[in-house]
Amino acid sequence: MKTGILVFPGSNCDMDCYHVIKDVLGQKTEYIWHGDKKLDHFDALILPGGFSYGDYLRTGAIARFSPVMDSVIEFADSGKLVIGICNGFQILLESGLLPGAMLRNRDLHFICRYVDLKVENEKTPFTSKLKKGRVLRIPIAHNEGNYFADDETLRKLKNNNQIIFRYCSNPNGSLEDIAGICNERGNVLGMMPHPERCSEALLGSDDGRLIFESMIDWVKKNG
Amino acid sequence: MVKPEVYKELGLTDLEYQRIEKLVGRDPSPTELAMFSVEWSEHCGYSRSRSLLKRLPRKGKYPILVGEDAGGIIVDDLAVVFKMESHNHPSQVEPKQGAATGVGGIIRDIFTTGARPIASLNSLRFGPLKEPFNRYIFSGVIDGIQSYGNCIGVPTVAGEIYFEDAYAGNCLVNAMSIGVCKKSEIARARACGEGNIIIYVGSRTGRDGIGGCSVLASAEFCEGEEKRPTVQIGDPFTEKCLIEATLEALKTGHVVGIKDMGAAGLTCATSEMALAGESGMEVDLSKVPLREEGMEPFEIMMSESQERELVCVKKGKEKEIIDIFKKWGLQAVAIGTVTSDKVLRIRYKGELVVDTKPEDLAKAPIYDLPTKEPGYVKDIRKLDYQSISVPKDLNDALLKLLSSPNIANKSYVYEQYDHMVQTNTAVLPGSDATVLRLKGTGKGIAATTDCNGRYCYVNPHIGAMTAIAEAARNLACVGAEPAGVTDCLNFGNPDKPERYWEFKGCMEGIIEACQSLKIPVVSGNVSFYNESPRGPIYPTPTIGMVGVINDMKHISSAPFKNEGDAIILLGENTSEIGSSEYLKVIHNQVKGDVPSLDLKKEKAVQSVCLEAVQRGLVNSAHDCSDGGLAVTLSECCISGEKTIGAEIKLDSNIRSDALLFGEGQSRIILSCSPANQQKIETLAKKRKVPFKVIGKVGGDCLKINDLINLPIDSVYSSWKSAIPRLMGLI
Repeated sequence: MKTGILVFPGSNCDMDCYHVIKDVLGQKTEYIWHGDKKLDHFDALILPGGFSYGDYLRTGAIARFSPVMDSVIEFADSGKLVIGICNGFQILLESGLLPGAMLRNRDLHFICRYVDLKVENEKTPFTSKLKKGRVLRIPIAHNEGNYFADDETLRKLKNNNQIIFRYCSNPNGSLEDIAGICNERGNVLGMMPHPERCSEALLGSDDGRLIFESMIDWVKKNG
Repeated sequence: MVKPEVYKELGLTDLEYQRIEKLVGRDPSPTELAMFSVEWSEHCGYSRSRSLLKRLPRKGKYPILVGEDAGGIIVDDLAVVFKMESHNHPSQVEPKQGAATGVGGIIRDIFTTGARPIASLNSLRFGPLKEPFNRYIFSGVIDGIQSYGNCIGVPTVAGEIYFEDAYAGNCLVNAMSIGVCKKSEIARARACGEGNIIIYVGSRTGRDGIGGCSVLASAEFCEGEEKRPTVQIGDPFTEKCLIEATLEALKTGHVVGIKDMGAAGLTCATSEMALAGESGMEVDLSKVPLREEGMEPFEIMMSESQERELVCVKKGKEKEIIDIFKKWGLQAVAIGTVTSDKVLRIRYKGELVVDTKPEDLAKAPIYDLPTKEPGYVKDIRKLDYQSISVPKDLNDALLKLLSSPNIANKSYVYEQYDHMVQTNTAVLPGSDATVLRLKGTGKGIAATTDCNGRYCYVNPHIGAMTAIAEAARNLACVGAEPAGVTDCLNFGNPDKPERYWEFKGCMEGIIEACQSLKIPVVSGNVSFYNESPRGPIYPTPTIGMVGVINDMKHISSAPFKNEGDAIILLGENTSEIGSSEYLKVIHNQVKGDVPSLDLKKEKAVQSVCLEAVQRGLVNSAHDCSDGGLAVTLSECCISGEKTIGAEIKLDSNIRSDALLFGEGQSRIILSCSPANQQKIETLAKKRKVPFKVIGKVGGDCLKINDLINLPIDSVYSSWKSAIPRLMGLI
């Protein structure tokens, strides 16, 4: 899987994703600067966590105007894999690749800790190595992870099985415990928890690795 | 002739002014005078502390690195750079920005050495949380640390927080940062090579923070003063870009030297870089990017605007370096050149406003100040044990201690910090020390901060020794060999002999302990004048300590892991209860001398623990400190992912409250599978360390003799809910 990891000024999980994809999983990986445009040679893109442009405005609101984002939208439209993690998820929401919005956490505090995450849909390129109902131990680290969508959007998400992950115990007030969703086609995933932070046993959990391995598997079969 | 009120307002004394006049050989210009005032402030010149700082030990097992801005240790081909710095006064004036810029400043000290910052720690002191103002300072400081630290992507992994009346008018915010780079990539903070270019990078210069170090940090807080304009405002996004741009620029090999513009801003950066490079410098202030019009040259030279640095670049390579900073959206402007005549010449709109030697600016007077034992000392060390009654309900006493904010769980704080970014944190916050792996090496480091201010108040010498001993013990518990210290020395007004006596006592304690345990001091910072109308702070020499883990396969943490494991006490229980958290919380007294400390015994206990962890014999290790044995055992039961009980039998004729809550030093609680018990005992015997199996892990109660019998859930909830409850969240 040839993976491109986007780097916006202020991204800060770009190197963590790079480490997991390249050093832990042995895949070809490159950074993509926010001013770049050419993405066709990649099989998958990661929009990493962090504070793109400082997130001084609404989270992800400035990053969506980055030159690279037009190419990301084209890339997603072509059916290739895009995963947005944390700030990456927020950017996917702002750019319209995924529906809904993020509110501040219920307690108005940044939260960094391990949570339990339930797999809701195993039939996606990101979860094929998981079973529905499986619980993953995975860290969150965000201030705005309180997912919100209007009733109509929520109904569509449910009908199309687009809710991929739910918190077992809701840490931030998100609607229906939603932690991760995909687009209708299933090739774009946004999730608040950080799989790249739990892909090595040394760090306390390697559950996150299954998500990346699912992607690798999918690319092998469909790429 | 400069009028006395002018130099006095800048914080200079008559004698200091005369000295400046003599060095310059004429009346100093207003800009020169301002520069001397900041360079000679305690913050930059260490006038009042240097005579003692010189005596700090510099030798240990690992070669040390003492740089211009930060120090460190060498581990194989890696440099581990670390430093702690105070931002107390700004945080008391404006908690959020004060703390945020404290974090930003220390991180710049690290990455301007060429090391990528891999972790932040912080050691905090506040007044009691029952007072609303203290809650405001506390939550503001936490907010400042989280907003800045989280944004720049450096994990905040460890620290400590204490609440005492002594800090109510003057909080302490000590920020520590650790960075790592190849030994060969260490950058210097110097300017040399005639004709090389001086480049200003980062944020624009504004009027914020003028006199931050000379005025704000060099006087006590008095009633009704307005000091807010001396506090700087942080911009973490710019800092994050500055980290990446700086490290990228250093990789080119074209950078001769680089320095953070922190305290004393351009003054400090220009003069100290020239001095370190044994050169002169020619600077045009008109080229400095400004935030507002009409700034005077002395304001530009003294501004402490954040997220700026000065870079000396090889002639002809300046465009390449400037382009890197521009790529990251940062200002980068050539403002001067290096000269060979060892003189600093600064012009503003054509006019020569500074013409002085950097070496003169570095000649801050050194004071050897008088000391006097404070009146309180003799009385406070006396404690009549008979007057202390043993509580009828020891279960209740234990729960009270666990809910004392000094002991209670701090997850309310550290869960607001991103402590996992960079994916190196192998032992998360909440254990004795945090453990960070060094990617690609199989090795790791551990870090902790430590200081019991109450101990240092009662007995500065032993109190400071204990801070070193305990920090080292914390490291041994996770399996790290103590390798280097950074100290952040927080004290009251040194011009008062009583306060200087406290300072001297603590310094001598640090020196003795570091010599005995063979741990070098590689960097540090002094913060005096921590006094308010409510009095001086407790003397607080915060110790930041870094240890080396040679094999990441064998590390440990505090919580008990398995039912049936044996619980071992290394070291000896004593009847000491002086200065304990127990006396303060249960009997409302700060009384009695601090627990004694025998550094040889301490070293032996640590060695046994370290060896047992390194050989993979233990399943948990936890240092016994605040709150004594009962609190330590409780923490072992409740600080893991799942709580677990324990049954303890102590064979002792020490009175029950001292046995449970006394803070006798040099004790560690281990747990291990019964199969390893014998092997640990052999290790202990070899070093003549008292070893005792005191119980077994398991069940859902904590039982200690017939003294304590509590369901583990209630132990957990007292400890876990105390701080959120005080903050009004539950």
